[in-house]
Amino acid sequence: MKIKLRRTMLYIPGNNPGMLQVADIFGADSVLFDLEDSVPLSEKDAARDLVANMITYRAYENIEITVRVNPITTSCFKNDVKEIIASKNLQAIRLPKTNTPEDVSKLEELIEKCEKENGIKIGSINIHPMIETALGVENAFSIATASKRVNAITIGGQDLTADMGIAKTKTAEEILWARSRIVMAAKAAKIDVLDTVFTDINDEEGLIEETKLIKKIGFTGKAVINPRQIDPVHKVFMPTEKEIKWAKEVINAYNHGLNLGKGVIACKGKMIDPPVVKRAEKIITILDLLK
Amino acid sequence: MKIIKKAQCGSLESSDLMIYIEPSDGVKIEVESSISQLHNKEIEYLVIEELKARNIDKVYIKIHDSGAMNLTIKARLKTVLNRGIKNEDQA
Repeated sequence: MKIKLRRTMLYIPGNNPGMLQVADIFGADSVLFDLEDSVPLSEKDAARDLVANMITYRAYENIEITVRVNPITTSCFKNDVKEIIASKNLQAIRLPKTNTPEDVSKLEELIEKCEKENGIKIGSINIHPMIETALGVENAFSIATASKRVNAITIGGQDLTADMGIAKTKTAEEILWARSRIVMAAKAAKIDVLDTVFTDINDEEGLIEETKLIKKIGFTGKAVINPRQIDPVHKVFMPTEKEIKWAKEVINAYNHGLNLGKGVIACKGKMIDPPVVKRAEKIITILDLLK
Repeated sequence: MKIIKKAQCGSLESSDLMIYIEPSDGVKIEVESSISQLHNKEIEYLVIEELKARNIDKVYIKIHDSGAMNLTIKARLKTVLNRGIKNEDQA
């Protein structure tokens, strides 16, 4: 079972060298260097040059590096992709405002061209479509399966509610259906799914409540905008003592039953079938990854 | 490569630097750093190398450094020089 933890993805503004140079010290599972919303139009070129240099020369360790480029409809998009890929140490590109599978195909075409030009193994850079329009939500599964490079999809709550013509509230009932729709698309496509940011960095309790909710729905991780948000999110995604105990009991009972050649295996009076064992194994795998 | 207009890039924030350039008769570099004289020399060296690589011999450069790493200095130099060689309609 191959699992890569992506519980948190920390946004770092692309034109902030102080933050970029220490991006890997905060303990996030992955970092997202942003060339889009956090960078004013007049500084797009500066952020692009800075992020490309950081990825090339700053030896980030044990962390997934993703860059959010500008949307496909902007004049910055092509230069963002070209320059960032030339930096050669990139793992994934997040594509904001992905509305259709064709958007993913256009990005894929450009990535492949840039990989060839820079001597990078074809297919090594992944795509994380960001779904943040009503059209994108409706096309979620087609987007999630538009390319083999798509190994995670993500929801953008602020832009989505803006597109819907409504306000994003703290309790976020207004995006519950969209969240569920995107999770289901990701599960069907067998890829990760990352939640939108929680914008109030001083409300840790609110962040924890929201993270519990999105974990329950099926999200595999959450974007964070401040290093202070990393630990609370990780704690929610950490298997509980009860879950760990349960997982070990299930795996032991299953293995014991197999050794005895039993057709039907039970643990504490409850039948264990392959999906239950798979869930137990996933909990143990997460524990192993965290050691 | 010719610098045809004034340009600037960066900020006065910690770990960053502010670079200003304008066309000139020769190369003139002014560096002011909050770190040390040694760092000033290092920045000046990086600037000279970048100018040589781009074949630029007529530019005035003023830098205010707030403790930027070399890779930040190089990135900011690239941006500001690109801004200085472009016409408005190329920006």
